Amino acid sequence: MAPAAARTETATETPLLSVNNIEVVYDDVILVLRGVSLDVPTGRIVTLLGPNGAGKSTTLKAISGLLGTENGRVTRGSITFRGEEIANRPPEEIVRRGIFQVMEGRRIIEDMTVIENLRLGAFTRRDGGAAIRADIEQVFHYFPRLKERTGLAGYLSGGEQQMLAIGRAMMARPRMILLDEPSMGLSPLLVKETFAIIETLCAETGITMLLVEQNARMALKIAQFGYIMESGKIVLDGSRDDLADNEDVKEFYLGGDRERKSFKNLKSYKRRKRWL
Amino acid sequence: MISSLLLQLILNGLIVGALYGVVAMCFVLIYKSTQVVNFAQGEFLLIGAWTCWWLVTSLELPFPAAFLLTFLFMMVFGIVLQMVVLRPLIGEPVISVIMVTIGLSIFFQAVVKAIFGAWAQPFPEVFPVKSVDVFGLPVQPAYLMSLVVSVVIMVAFAWFFKYSRMGLAMRATAFDQQVAQSLGISVKGVFALAWAISAMVSALAGVVVGMVNGVSSALSFFGIKVFPAVIVGGLDSIVGAIVGGLIIGLLENLAEYADSQFLHLGNLYSVAPFYVLVIILMIKPYGLFGTKRIERV
Repeated sequence: MAPAAARTETATETPLLSVNNIEVVYDDVILVLRGVSLDVPTGRIVTLLGPNGAGKSTTLKAISGLLGTENGRVTRGSITFRGEEIANRPPEEIVRRGIFQVMEGRRIIEDMTVIENLRLGAFTRRDGGAAIRADIEQVFHYFPRLKERTGLAGYLSGGEQQMLAIGRAMMARPRMILLDEPSMGLSPLLVKETFAIIETLCAETGITMLLVEQNARMALKIAQFGYIMESGKIVLDGSRDDLADNEDVKEFYLGGDRERKSFKNLKSYKRRKRWL
Repeated sequence: MISSLLLQLILNGLIVGALYGVVAMCFVLIYKSTQVVNFAQGEFLLIGAWTCWWLVTSLELPFPAAFLLTFLFMMVFGIVLQMVVLRPLIGEPVISVIMVTIGLSIFFQAVVKAIFGAWAQPFPEVFPVKSVDVFGLPVQPAYLMSLVVSVVIMVAFAWFFKYSRMGLAMRATAFDQQVAQSLGISVKGVFALAWAISAMVSALAGVVVGMVNGVSSALSFFGIKVFPAVIVGGLDSIVGAIVGGLIIGLLENLAEYADSQFLHLGNLYSVAPFYVLVIILMIKPYGLFGTKRIERV
C-alpha cells in the first residue's frame, strides 16, 4: 500500500528514509508487521500514531537495527536510508550511518552523571574531546536545566531524563532521530515543553525526526505528516491537516471536542473502527 | 604491646590483600560486563606466571621484556577465549556457562601440568637484594613491587572507567546491553575487551605471586581465595572487590597470628576467609557494596 499523499508531497526529492512493505517476525514465528511502508523526507517531523501493540515501536526497532537484540528480523521488504539498504544491519552500523533511536522509557544510564551520559551519546564519533565538549554545551543550550544537575542521572525527574535522552541522541550528530513516545509518563506541561524543544531542534539543526506517539494531539501539532498504524499495518496516512480533519481520527485519536455521546445511542459499547 | 610478628603479618595481609583485590576486580569486571561467573580466574594467574617463567628461564629474556610479552600474550589469550568459547554461549542459561568456566579451569590446570610438570619452580631472582626494610620490618622486594603494581592497576581502573571512551562504553553495557547497542556500542567488542583486560591483569598478579612463592598449580588456589573477596565486597562492585580483597588478606594473616599464638588449631590461615564468607552471606547476602536486586512479582 503506497502512502500516496507522501509521495506527491515530496515528489521533487527522494525521502531520507524509506520503508518499503516490510514484514517483521519475532522468534521466527510471530508475525508482527505485515507490510509497513512509510517515507520520511529530509528535515521534517513525521509522526507514527496508533494504539498499544500496533507495531509502532517494532517499526522503529526495525529501522534502528535493535530488532536483532530482541530476536526479531525483517523478513520481507526493504529499508533504505540515503539510498542504501539498511534492513537487518547491526545497530552500531546504523548509528554510524546517522540514525539514532531514543528508546521508549528514556533508558538513560542511571548510575552515570549527565555529562557521562552525553559523552556516551558521542561514542561513535572520532572527532575528539574539543568538538564533544562544544556539543555538550550545545545540548545545555537547548536544555538549560540539565546543566545544573551534577549528580547521577537516576535522580533526575522524568522530564529531565527525557531531555537527557534527546540530548544524548544529539551528541551522536545524527541525520535522523527516532523518538519512541517522548511524552510517556510526563505531566501535560512537560509534554508541551518537550515537544516545543523537539520542534525547535528540527527547525534549527535540520535533524529529521520520526516520532512515535500515543498523544496524537501533541504529535500532530509539531509533525508535518503522519501515519496511523493498527495491528501491524499502516491504515491511514496524510498531512497534518488531513489527519486532524479526518472524522475517524478525530473520534478515535483526538476525541474530546465532539458532543458527548450517550452509550444508549451506540450499537455496541466496544465499537471499534474497521479501517479496511 | 604489639609484637613485630603481628605487624609483619598485618603488612603481609595488606600486600596480599591488595593482590586479592586486583584479581577480584578482574573477576567483577567479567561478571559485570558479560554476566559470566568466571571460575577459571585463578588459571589466568597460573598461565600468566608460567608463561613469564618460561620466557625468563628458557628463552633467557630479561625480566621486563618477559613481563611485557606475557602481558601481550594474555591479552590475545583473553580475546580468543572469549570469542571461541564464551561468545557461542551468550543467551544460554547461567548454569551452563558456569559449568563451562569450571571445565575451562580443570582443562587449563591439566594442560599446564602436562607442559610444565606438577612441581613448583622457583622464579629466577629479579631483584638484587633479598629484603628491604620498611619501618624496621624486612619485606621482600617482590612484595613491595606487588603493592606498587596493585595500586597502579587500581588507579588505572578508576581512570579507565571514569574518563575513557571504552570505559564508559563498558559501564553502559554492564547497565543495559540494549541501550549500549542503541548508542552504537558493539557489545561483542566490549565482551572481548573485558576478557582481555581481566586476563592481562590477573596474569600480572600471577607473575608477582609466582616471584614470591614459586610458580606452581597452587597459583590457581589463589584464584579460589578471590571468591570470598568478591562475595564480601558484593559481586558487582569494583570498589567492593578491592575492599573485600584487603579484608580477606588481613583476615587470613590475623587468623594465622591467632592460630600460631593462642589456638594452635593449624591451617586456620586458609580456612578463615571461608568462615567469614559464610557469615557475611548470612548477614548481608548482597555483600558490602553489591547492588540489591529489587524483584517485584
